[in-house]
Amino acid sequence: MAQVVLSQINKFYDGAVHAVKDVNLDIRDREFMVFVGPSGCGKTTTLRMIAGLEEISSGDIRIGTQRVNDLAPMDRDIAMVFQNYALYPHMSVFDNMAFGLKMRKFEKDEIRKRVQDAAEILGIQDLLKRKPRQLSGGQRQRVALGRAIVRHPQVFLFDEPLSNLDAKLRVQMRVELKKLHQRLGTTAIYVTHDQVEAMTLGDRVVVMKDGLVQQVGEPLELYNAPATRFVAGFIGSPAMNFAAVTVTERDGGLRLVNEGLDIAAPPHAADRLRACLGREVTLGIRPEDLRIATAADPADFAFDALVEVVEKLGSEILLDLKVGRGAMVAAVEPTVRAVYGDRLRIALNPDRLHFFDAQTDATI
Amino acid sequence: MTVSTAGTIRAAPQAPRSVPRRRLLEDERWLAFVLLVPTMVLLCLFIAYPFARGIILSVTDSRVGVPGTFVGAANFERIWNDGIFRQAVYNTFVYTGVTTVFKLGIGLWLALLLNRHFKGKAIVRAFILLPFIIPTVLSTFAWKWMFDPTFSVINWGLFQLGLIKRSINWLGDPDLAMFSIMVVNVWRGVPFFAISLLAGLQTISPELNEAAAIDGARPWQRFWHITWPLLLPVTMVVVLFSIIQTFADFQIVYVMTGGGPANATHLFATYAYQIGVGTGLLSQGAAISLAMFPILFLVVIVQLLYIRRVETR
Amino acid sequence: MIEGAAWRRWVYFRLPLGFLVLWLLFPFYWMLITAVRPDGELYRPWNATNYTPFWTTNPTWAHVEYLFEETIFGTWMWNTMVIALASTAISLVCGVLAGYALSRLKFPFAGSLGTGIFITYLVPQTLLFIPLAEIIRNYRLGDTPWALILTYPTFLIPFCTWLMMGYFKAIPKELEECARIDGAARWQAMLYIVIPVALPGILSAGIFAFTLSWNEFIYALVFLSSPEQKTVPVGVVSELIRGDVFFWGPLMAGALLGSIPVAIVYSFFVEHYVAGLTGSVKG
Repeated sequence: MAQVVLSQINKFYDGAVHAVKDVNLDIRDREFMVFVGPSGCGKTTTLRMIAGLEEISSGDIRIGTQRVNDLAPMDRDIAMVFQNYALYPHMSVFDNMAFGLKMRKFEKDEIRKRVQDAAEILGIQDLLKRKPRQLSGGQRQRVALGRAIVRHPQVFLFDEPLSNLDAKLRVQMRVELKKLHQRLGTTAIYVTHDQVEAMTLGDRVVVMKDGLVQQVGEPLELYNAPATRFVAGFIGSPAMNFAAVTVTERDGGLRLVNEGLDIAAPPHAADRLRACLGREVTLGIRPEDLRIATAADPADFAFDALVEVVEKLGSEILLDLKVGRGAMVAAVEPTVRAVYGDRLRIALNPDRLHFFDAQTDATI
Repeated sequence: MTVSTAGTIRAAPQAPRSVPRRRLLEDERWLAFVLLVPTMVLLCLFIAYPFARGIILSVTDSRVGVPGTFVGAANFERIWNDGIFRQAVYNTFVYTGVTTVFKLGIGLWLALLLNRHFKGKAIVRAFILLPFIIPTVLSTFAWKWMFDPTFSVINWGLFQLGLIKRSINWLGDPDLAMFSIMVVNVWRGVPFFAISLLAGLQTISPELNEAAAIDGARPWQRFWHITWPLLLPVTMVVVLFSIIQTFADFQIVYVMTGGGPANATHLFATYAYQIGVGTGLLSQGAAISLAMFPILFLVVIVQLLYIRRVETR
Repeated sequence: MIEGAAWRRWVYFRLPLGFLVLWLLFPFYWMLITAVRPDGELYRPWNATNYTPFWTTNPTWAHVEYLFEETIFGTWMWNTMVIALASTAISLVCGVLAGYALSRLKFPFAGSLGTGIFITYLVPQTLLFIPLAEIIRNYRLGDTPWALILTYPTFLIPFCTWLMMGYFKAIPKELEECARIDGAARWQAMLYIVIPVALPGILSAGIFAFTLSWNEFIYALVFLSSPEQKTVPVGVVSELIRGDVFFWGPLMAGALLGSIPVAIVYSFFVEHYVAGLTGSVKG
């Protein structure tokens, strides 16, 4: 069983910089777990601690049933794919892939068989005699993957492997990685700063910020029920709209008010919001949950906005709106006709409103 | 190319591994220790230890075959009062100062000339390093032959040009002898300066000079305001290296003049050799050698500080 | 860029460059011509009317023959070659390992040790030769090649170390990390991955060390006494000069032949030599 368990993992640099704070994580066997977050959030450091490339300041890491804190990287039965591929420039593709097996003193026939099998899976069997400098970016990436596969490790580690590829190739490789994982079934831990990769590849996703785990869950869980404002704003593109509103009472019902908005509190959140009566909360609504209001939309869930920029993407139109003193983005159908300067009435989907505490940024 | 779907590979269930012992060489500190041991041993045995012995020697009165007794600073006093030693000190400073200036000037000029594109550039660049590559003693002999008062080709050349009527005694006249050894030293050092400065020049983007030219700067101004400041780091390193080497120079003087005529060309190293090895007064010889140390120390400190300043900028 | 008329190119560029190159290379030509010039021509005073400096009408091998028959020049060449190769090998091994440790490993006192190796430059051979001679005698290494093979690395290793540090620093650490995850121990990653990739640097350091050791003089002069042990520079100085008489023909022949091995090695690896020289200055 190749589960990876992190218990109370901390990392200090030079005694002062607290790069990773109390991370607890249970990665299941055969799971594809993605670590996502902005630069400096601690995701790469955590990955490197799992790999054995960084000392663990405190806490335990277990791979399978083994506590690996004191084990050298070569003893942890893992394989890693680096952002820059890290192919050995003086060796052929075959030797690159065979290196790990040679170090572990495998038989020559076994080595050849494994390299051949992995090369076939990745479609690089014709490249085995070439040197890395003769390969394209995508081919190098495959060789790096092949090098990891031949070892049949317990866990695959990926450190932003697609970041160096151009946009189109990245999309293509994403799909192939997913297929590869479905086929091999090995536990995988994948680090990226791209939330699209996280959403499309991960069985579960860990969002990190400033060394802390913000939320762990399946991609749709993070999308629909973010635990903090950071997660809500990080996942989903274009990003969620935020507005600071005050919770007031009027005519027996709760209302959310700021300069540009005056809407009713949605029923599913009424109880939670009552506790915040009189205070400011942060309201969140995704661009795709806003649309141009029609006569049928209730006035309680609509507001006025001024169009500032119209971005025509073809599949949808993004309207950059001025709402009161704040700004919002609405993603609407491509058939909408709007120009700079138009005053529009925008309707929102009340079931899709999120609320966050103004101080702690936690979901209410 | 896509991922094919033939067959699967699944991690084979591993036989339970005995926990590998804590590998000693995986610890960076132990590995570093092992890797550095050969170097440290050699350097301690053949630099640190002799240096210490040298200091001890210089404060005793040893001679070859006769172990000495402690005499404190007597050797240093004696050499300080030795006219020849004072002459050697003066000579070394003059020798180092003048040659460094010329090596820098000519080397820089040569580097600027080589920084252009012309046919055969690679060959020229390869050939001009020869004075630096060929063993100094051997090439110095060629110069000695060229300077020989009776047979000098230089004299012949000057005579043919109508500049002299009588032989110039390059190696017999005290001032001319100093001039001669300086010529050889500069000849030997120019390639080192030229190639190093050339490498430095090549890191300066030509666009900087072009922009300045468009702005109206003349060649000399462009050099002074753009090229020279950007070249300064490399220049400093090269100059300081060269000063240390020239200050401790031995081979050129030994072959050309042996220190004469009348001690006009003695340097620290040649005088130390004459006293320590020639006459067997080991302690005094050691004292003369050690007298170099304070100056060299100063130069290295300057170099270290400069490098540190450049690195932290 | 020298703008303008062709005459400017000649005055500011071609002529100066030509003169400088001529000045730098003339002594070698002089060596060559003297080595093949018969004695009769050789010893003409400079103001004699039949002084023909730049060519000779009767080239002769007599001096080269003298060199090999009347002196043990061949032995000196062999000695010098053996000593140069051995000390280069030792210095490379030490320098590569030390350079790796100092540039890619973290350990206490790393900075001080690096500076310490740099500081050995403070003590040139001409400062140490007197006490070192005594030590060599005490270890009974005097008058053997080992006296030089063990002492030459003292000035070759620091240089090799700095050079290798520069090359090692340019190798991405991911290569090593990947190797270590693949199953290599730290030392295996160093040996099979980092060092092969740094091969150009090792070549540069080796060439430079070879030429430096061929060039060394004072240790060889002081530590060796019997003619069979001498190196080329020392042999040429001591055996081709009897009192005040210089045997210029054989001397120049010896100087020329003694320079050839170094020149040949250099000519094959010019780029590496230049890289070594500039690397040491920049790094």
